[in-house]
Amino acid sequence: MKIKLKVNGENKVFDVKADEYLLDTLRKNNYVSVRRGCDNTSCGVCTVLINGNPAASCSYLSCKADGKEITTVEGIPEEAAKIAGFFGREGADQCGFCNPSMALTVYAMKKELVNPTDDDIRSYLVGNLCRCSGYQGQHRAIKAYLEVE
Amino acid sequence: MMKYVNYERPSIDGKGLMMGKPGYTDDLAEQNSLIVKVLRSPHAFARIKSIDKSKAEALEGVELVLTHEDFKRIPVTRAGQGYPEPSPHDKFVLDNYVRHVGDEVAAVAARDKETAEKALELLVVDYEVLEPVLDFEKAYENEVIIHDEPEIHEMFPIGFEPKKNVAASYLMHIGDVEKSLKECDTVTETTFYTQAQAHVMMEPHTVNARIDYQGRLVLYSSTQTPFHTRRIVAQALEYPMSKIRVIKPRVGGGFGGKQCVHGEMLVSAVTLRTGKPSKMVYTRQEVFESTFSRHPMRFDIKLGAMKDGTLKAIDVEVLSDTGAYGEHALTVFMVAGSKVFPLYNKVDSVRFGGKVVYTNRTPAGAFRGYGAIQGNYALESAVDILCDKLKVDPVEFRQKNMIREGETSPIFEIMGEGTEGIAMTMETCKLDYCVKRGMELIDWKNKYPRKDMGNGKVRGVGMAIAMQGSGIPYIDMGSALIKLNDDGFFNLLVGATDIGQGSDTILAQIAAESLRVHPDEIVVYSSDSDLTPFDVGAYASSTTYVSGNAVKRAADRMKQMIIEEGALALKVPVEGTDFDGMTISHGDKSISLKDLSNRLYYNEDQKQLVAVDSYVGTKSPPPFMAGFAEVEVDTETGHVELIDYAAVVDCGTTISPNLAKGQVEGGLVQGIGMTLYEDVVYSKTGKMITNSMMTYRIPTRKEIRSLKVEFADSYETSGPYGAKSVGEIGIDSPPAAITNAIFNAVGVRIKSLPVTGEKILTGIQKSRQKGEKQ
Repeated sequence: MKIKLKVNGENKVFDVKADEYLLDTLRKNNYVSVRRGCDNTSCGVCTVLINGNPAASCSYLSCKADGKEITTVEGIPEEAAKIAGFFGREGADQCGFCNPSMALTVYAMKKELVNPTDDDIRSYLVGNLCRCSGYQGQHRAIKAYLEVE
Repeated sequence: MMKYVNYERPSIDGKGLMMGKPGYTDDLAEQNSLIVKVLRSPHAFARIKSIDKSKAEALEGVELVLTHEDFKRIPVTRAGQGYPEPSPHDKFVLDNYVRHVGDEVAAVAARDKETAEKALELLVVDYEVLEPVLDFEKAYENEVIIHDEPEIHEMFPIGFEPKKNVAASYLMHIGDVEKSLKECDTVTETTFYTQAQAHVMMEPHTVNARIDYQGRLVLYSSTQTPFHTRRIVAQALEYPMSKIRVIKPRVGGGFGGKQCVHGEMLVSAVTLRTGKPSKMVYTRQEVFESTFSRHPMRFDIKLGAMKDGTLKAIDVEVLSDTGAYGEHALTVFMVAGSKVFPLYNKVDSVRFGGKVVYTNRTPAGAFRGYGAIQGNYALESAVDILCDKLKVDPVEFRQKNMIREGETSPIFEIMGEGTEGIAMTMETCKLDYCVKRGMELIDWKNKYPRKDMGNGKVRGVGMAIAMQGSGIPYIDMGSALIKLNDDGFFNLLVGATDIGQGSDTILAQIAAESLRVHPDEIVVYSSDSDLTPFDVGAYASSTTYVSGNAVKRAADRMKQMIIEEGALALKVPVEGTDFDGMTISHGDKSISLKDLSNRLYYNEDQKQLVAVDSYVGTKSPPPFMAGFAEVEVDTETGHVELIDYAAVVDCGTTISPNLAKGQVEGGLVQGIGMTLYEDVVYSKTGKMITNSMMTYRIPTRKEIRSLKVEFADSYETSGPYGAKSVGEIGIDSPPAAITNAIFNAVGVRIKSLPVTGEKILTGIQKSRQKGEKQ
């Protein structure tokens, strides 16, 4: 079936199967920053923004996304570069595989939460697993980006 | 004065990767790659009587079906180690036996994933299901023999006895342990168990293959060991190494889990037979069930000491479970001794020995810590048990007995990795500082041993010391090539394998320091078996020390070349000519690097400047650390929360302090995960239950509240600009430090990992009942 998506501000039409997930549709169409870490919504690596809200594309049916706005990290280059700057300063980049999804989720959190506490930040990002950093460098970087103490 | 070392600078690749630039193996697969899928064994142990592939082959879109009948029987090891490997050659690309749930039965290559999956369903396999060996304590001399095939062999003596289910065995002793133990005032004897742990790197194992326009096989592989991968694929498929190119693009984490070959042999076979590009991306279930995990171990440990708190004897017998195949069996086992017991170097005697047995479980392999985390848990728990018995302070006991700067341990000479070791003296060992500073960071004086919070919760603190190594001396080789370009910038080509730890960044810093040029002037490329010089890869905490030394040597050589060419251009003697990173000068004569480079490539005395050098360690200076944990135990539920963890590390100079900190923090959280949350659980028939990220729990950011990581001021002269390695040390201390803290809080000694509320509550109830009886 054909679905219409607005990906990073561009109108697109994709031919998808009924049981196809958004992650596969996006990767097939060269949005390779969206990556697979698991198969069951456990790791957060495949996160994209759907109408501005973070969602796991590995378990989001492509047909369900018909008519929606999808943002991958390529759609927020300025914010991603800014977040990368803070991550870099803390040595929190590490393997980088999940970092596009981190950037998207942190960006969405900034819009959603006002003056979040440490616990608010941890709760918001709890679905974004990281096996490299031990989370500490990320946490320092995110706080610096959000300009919170 | 160091300019670009011990210098805060973002990693060179972090921004591009965060912005979504393609860089990982699957981002670089050919668009029309055949999808390779593997049929995996549902049985823990079975013989394949027959495979009918006719229906699968007939399915439209299926290009190739491979079974064991399609391969010559060539045993290899999948362990990415130096050659000849200290691991038994006990694995075939495909075999007529399957030895664990998830083992390979057959492979299908099809035009898309759906067709490949459909074809797997059409394969008809007739199994003779065999009785598996699932309990590693019953594996030795079991009547069931897991590896009975005649072709398998060891490459040199490692105690390989497959008929007894033994992949490797080892025994060493220093002094007369039996005699020393008899002479001791106090002897403790304890058995500890450590569990399997899954790596859970975020990028699953991924590989793709193609034939290039010269007819060569090109693999992109998410590997820690591109050069070993080229060698093993060539051996397994009897294909000339000269016709294989292995490119390691950006890797999404490894932690030892990619120090091996997994899908590489099958995609190579598919592409060589079909001539078409192919790729394999492991599902998360395959990563759990069909790659490697950490070796579970049992330690029977005796410590003997005098009343005054002098440790006299260490006697350890270890049983290690390598699962279905023997990758890293001997070496992980040996590191459980060689990178643990030198911590207490003043003892009269040490005995360390035991076996690594086969079972029908997912194979064990390399994993950060590589035996040291298991051994450290046993030793550092046993030390606290001994201190409790002796009524001595555990910190003072360690300060009295631990290794110090300028000292050595006879273990270094006796135990290497699979072979004999190398005698070495600790040129740097700031353990004393690490312990003192760690006490301050955790507020030991006010918190030891416990504080009742008054709400059924008790807080306790505990500590452990740890060590690791910096590469494998006389075996691990790293090399680097530096090329000067016109306009005066450099290429640094290294075989060293950046898998996310930031080695490209720190190796550029080392080169920049030697050349005195800004790191931005150094373009790093790693690693590609056609283009970059040899390096064993990212393992054994070798990159900073071994590859870093190679880079320093090559950069020093390049600096000398620049000076010589500058002197020629200036028509002055080499002596007295200097290069400051920008300008080559002699007295009042000078030429900029840019002008010299353009002269060299376009105008006069034309030649390409290339410097290449290598490094093999003559020793393996250990990084050291002290770890301090504060826990809160709920005495009603047994639940444990980690309140704080302080780690003070001596890894020599930190080339990049922020990246070094990231290594320690990341290691700590993996160690905390192994202590408190992670366990690989099997069903009674040997099926892994924890085969997804929902059932296998790694720490989330909610569990990790506070980590305090600091570095000791230390300078190892044998390392590049004073550095030792730092990749593994962070993982070693949490199991012992946290379980010691739990004991100090509630008096319950955890003797098997992971810690669970049930174990604690049972312990609390037992001690209460004991109290009531008295």
